[in-house]
Formats: sequence, structure tokens, C-alpha cells
Amino acid sequence: MGRPKPITRAAKALALSLIVLLVLFPFWTILATSITAPEEVVANGGWVVWPQSFSFRAYTDIFEGGVITHALTVSLGITILGTATSLFATITLAYALARPGVFGGKPVLIMVLFTFLFPPAMIPSYLVVKELGLLDSYPALVLPVLVNVFNLVIMRGFFQAVPTELIEAAKLDGAGELRILTRIVLPLSKSIVAVVGLFYAVSYWNAFFNAMIYTRQDMWPVQTLMRLYVTQGASLTENAASETGVANSPQAVKMAVVIMATLPIVIVYPFIQRFFAKGVLSGAIKS
Amino acid sequence: MTATAAPPERHPAASGGDETSPRKPKRRKGRFRRDLVLVALMVPGVAYFLVFHYGALFGNAIAFQDYVPFIGVWHSPWAGFANFVTLFGDADFWHATWNTVSISVLQLVFYFPAPLALALLLHSLVGDKVRKFVQSVVYLPHFISWVIVVALFQQVLGDVGVLNGVLGDAGLHTVDIIGNPDAYKPLVIAQVVWKETGWGTIIFLAALANVDEQLYEAASIDGAGWWRRLWHVTLPAIRPVIVLLLILRLGDILTLGFEQFFLQRDTVGPDAGEVLDTFIYITGIKDGHFSIATAAGLFKGLVGLVMIFTANKIAHRLGEQGVYK
Repeated sequence: MGRPKPITRAAKALALSLIVLLVLFPFWTILATSITAPEEVVANGGWVVWPQSFSFRAYTDIFEGGVITHALTVSLGITILGTATSLFATITLAYALARPGVFGGKPVLIMVLFTFLFPPAMIPSYLVVKELGLLDSYPALVLPVLVNVFNLVIMRGFFQAVPTELIEAAKLDGAGELRILTRIVLPLSKSIVAVVGLFYAVSYWNAFFNAMIYTRQDMWPVQTLMRLYVTQGASLTENAASETGVANSPQAVKMAVVIMATLPIVIVYPFIQRFFAKGVLSGAIKS
Repeated sequence: MTATAAPPERHPAASGGDETSPRKPKRRKGRFRRDLVLVALMVPGVAYFLVFHYGALFGNAIAFQDYVPFIGVWHSPWAGFANFVTLFGDADFWHATWNTVSISVLQLVFYFPAPLALALLLHSLVGDKVRKFVQSVVYLPHFISWVIVVALFQQVLGDVGVLNGVLGDAGLHTVDIIGNPDAYKPLVIAQVVWKETGWGTIIFLAALANVDEQLYEAASIDGAGWWRRLWHVTLPAIRPVIVLLLILRLGDILTLGFEQFFLQRDTVGPDAGEVLDTFIYITGIKDGHFSIATAAGLFKGLVGLVMIFTANKIAHRLGEQGVYK
């Protein structure tokens, strides 16, 4: 295509720098506000871009026990157990549906794909959870979102690409289906299991609505709890202050909570990113 | 990796070596016995879909009932279309529908082309390193929850946020964005652009990678400039992807994503902030009018289905592949 003109290159560089800045700036100011000394945050009107004085008071405050610590623990537990259960149900179903001519494969596949067109509505889903007696229980945060159709479809696509010869050869050697799955198919599908696992983990960590309607406030994970403080005013500071007995800059504490709720995502993100680089998804999306 | 990730659809003949071929129906019982382990593996997933998707689908029946939570789905009296009559006579419902459709249309105009534009920009980069870096930055917001996105926007654009702080320090007029009903629509569009544009490029970048380089070279030799190459080579090549996404988007015309709107509805009040999903939540779960809320949900689902079928049909007429055949 030839080398672009200098002016075009400069315009592109400018546009891209601006985009990167727009994406990263909000994270930066949140982080800066959370690690600035409370007096400076207050003096500056609740926001900081370039901290002059550092303090981790906001973090020690939220980790001195109390509601936020509890909510973070709940989030972590739901994420770990939920991801494991979801992966199990997704892998088993995807594997069975990936085998050609399996008994019941076609109707089950149609049944699953139909849910794409007509996803469950809010009120009927609520009634199902209620009828099952799952209200105010942690399984209510996992079971209603156990298998994601999109994740199932890309996983199945990946399993189908495992060469049939390998499976036939293993069968001739007397290997059963479970053995084929765990010894042949899964080791060849590590990258897709990782990607789908991370998708599940991120969605469990980020979920807030199901917890809000299905569970009591003292069971809430951090995202649900954050809603109270973030969009509904300053109740967090009152809460945190009464929990810990110290006053802090309300904004700094708020931002520290936001950072804590974002941190796990930022930590696992490079791993997800690595798999995108390999083109795992672009290939899967095409199908 | 890419090659193995795109699986060819299997022909029945692919399992031809198998003596119990799936094409012989009289061997059903034999197939069941042969596949017993596989069938068992399906059980958890199938049970999930039956209970939480088809159970919920069945639960839509209460839209035609006078549902009383205390009596339950099985014994509540039937009401015919009375709930729909009530719903369609409710001005709040039409107001929420109007808000939803207008935000949807704004999204279609301002958000839908954004990932395509960014993908074209990224695709045109010569350096691989810069592109990878920008990609890893712009994908990130997709993984951030809506609660946090709303918090970020409040911190930057709120009345005690960074923008107004800087404007105030400079002695300029501050701007009223968060909590201002008039600014609500641009705000929610800006949020979705910020959060999803980067992620949305993935599918376009995949399509762009498949465009034949020789077509560009041929066009260049013929003297086509950047715009002409874009119009005559690039866009036609990725048109199926654009059409596919457009159809899916139209199917979601009444669905904006609940979380973003639920989180901010109260900051601007129902007049500007009520969309169908929040209307359903408030009517059903908060006010306890389960049947009417379910009727609204059913209406939303059916409109989505009709939109997808219609859009797909139009796409076929225009010679496109669409979502399904």
C-alpha cells in the first residue's frame, strides 16, 4: 500500500493518543484520588489528578473489617465457585454436542440456540428462582446464569476442530468418552477453556443485579454494594466511618472501593489479552 | 490457532467408519446405549436450559393471569388479555418505550459506526506494536462493570468532578452533565461508546484481515485514493459482517441493557431516565404488579423477534446472507 504521508501519520498518531488517553484517564484519576492524603482530597474538592501527598488511609479504612471486606469476600467466593461450576456444565455439554451423530444432539442444539432469539425475561426468571426456593441463597447468583450460550457455542466449535482420527484411534485403544475428553480433547483445548473461564470469571465478578433482587443486603457482593455508595450518594462514608470509627475523605474512600472492585479485572486482563493476541476468538467468532 | 479455531461443519459421512451410523433411525435404542456417557454429560447443561430458560419461558404465562404471588403460577386466575389492555393504556409504558426507542436510534447513529471507524484506523496502522498496544488499552473498558463505569463518569464529569474542577479553577462556567435530564441521552451514548467501541472492533478487524491484499494493490495501481479504496474495496468486503451486526442490533431495539439505565435512572428521574427494562423492574419487582410487568417483557421479546425476522428478510431481499438462511 506504500508508506502514508507524514501528515496522515501525524493525524493518526494524534487520534490514537487521544483515544488511549480518554480510556485511561478516568482510571488514573480514580487511582490518584484513592492514594492521596485525605486533607488534600478535601481541599481539592473531591478529585485529584496529580497527588502531592500520599496516604493509604482509604485502603486501610476499608480493610479494617466491616461491610466492604465482607462484600469483597462474597464476590471472590461467587467468582471462584461460579466459574468452576459454569466451566463444568459448559465443557460437558459442549463436548457431547460436538460429537457427530450423538443421541439427542440435534434437538438439544436447537433447544439451546433458540434461547439466543428469546432470552429469559426479568420477571419470569425471578419467579423461577423464587419457585425453586433459591431466594436469599448464594446459588441464586450462580445457577440462573450457569451456561452462557455464546461461550457454549465457541467451546463446541473448538471441540469439533479436534481431529476425528485422534478420537477414533483412542476409541480403538479402548478409551471411554470420559477418558477421551480429559486426556485428548481438553489438553488440546487449553486456550479456549482459559478464555471461556475468564469470561465467566469476569461476568461473575461484575454482576450486581441478580444479587440485588435475589438476596438480602447483608449477602451482597461488592458490585451490588457499590451501587448504593456510587450512584446513591455518600452513605458509604457514614457507613465506613461508623464501622471504623475514623473520618476520612469520603471521595478517597469511595475511589478506593472502586479500585478494589476493578483490581481483579485489571490483574486477569493481561491473561485474557494474551489469548486474543493468538486469535482464539476471532477464529471462533467467524463460525 | 486461527486455523483450528474455525471448524468446518461436519458431514454425516465424517463418522462413516462407525458401524452404527446416525442415519439409520431403527438403531435409536442402540445409539442411546452407545452414547450413554455422552448423554449423561449433557444432563447438567440441559437441565439448566430447561429450568432457567424454558421454565422462564413458561413463566410468561402469568402475563395472561391475574397473578398473585401468594397463590402461585399454578392456581392464579386467568385474565385473558386484560393485562395487555392495562399496559397499553398506561402512559408511563409508552413514555418508557419512547425513551428506549429514541436512545436505541441514537445508539445506532452514533455508537454503531464507532467500532468500524476505530477498526479501520487500527487496520491501517503499519506498526504491529502500536496496534497491539492500542488494542489492549481499548478492549479494557469492556471488562469493567457498569457500576464502575458510572462511577468513573461521575468522578470525571460530575458537578464535583475533574472537568468542573478544572473549569472552575480556570474561572470558566461549569457544566451540568450528571443528573441533568437534558444531558442524559448524550451521556448514556458517550458511556456505551467509551465502554464498548474497542471491544466492538474485534469482529471488524477479523473481517478486515480477510480482505484480499491484491484488491488494494489493483485499486492503487488504477489510481484509487484512500477514500475510493475504502468505498469500493474495504466496505463491500466486510458488508456481510456489518449487515449481521445491524440485524442483531435491530432485534435489540427495545433492549438497551438493563444495568446502565437502572444505575442512573434515579439521578435524572423517570421522565428522562425510564426505559422499558427499568419500567419492567419497577412495575414488577418493586411495585409487585408481576402480571403487567411480564406482559411488558413479553411485548418486548416479541417485538425483538419480529424485528429480527423482518430485518433478516429485508437482508435476503437485498442479496445478503443475514443471520440465518
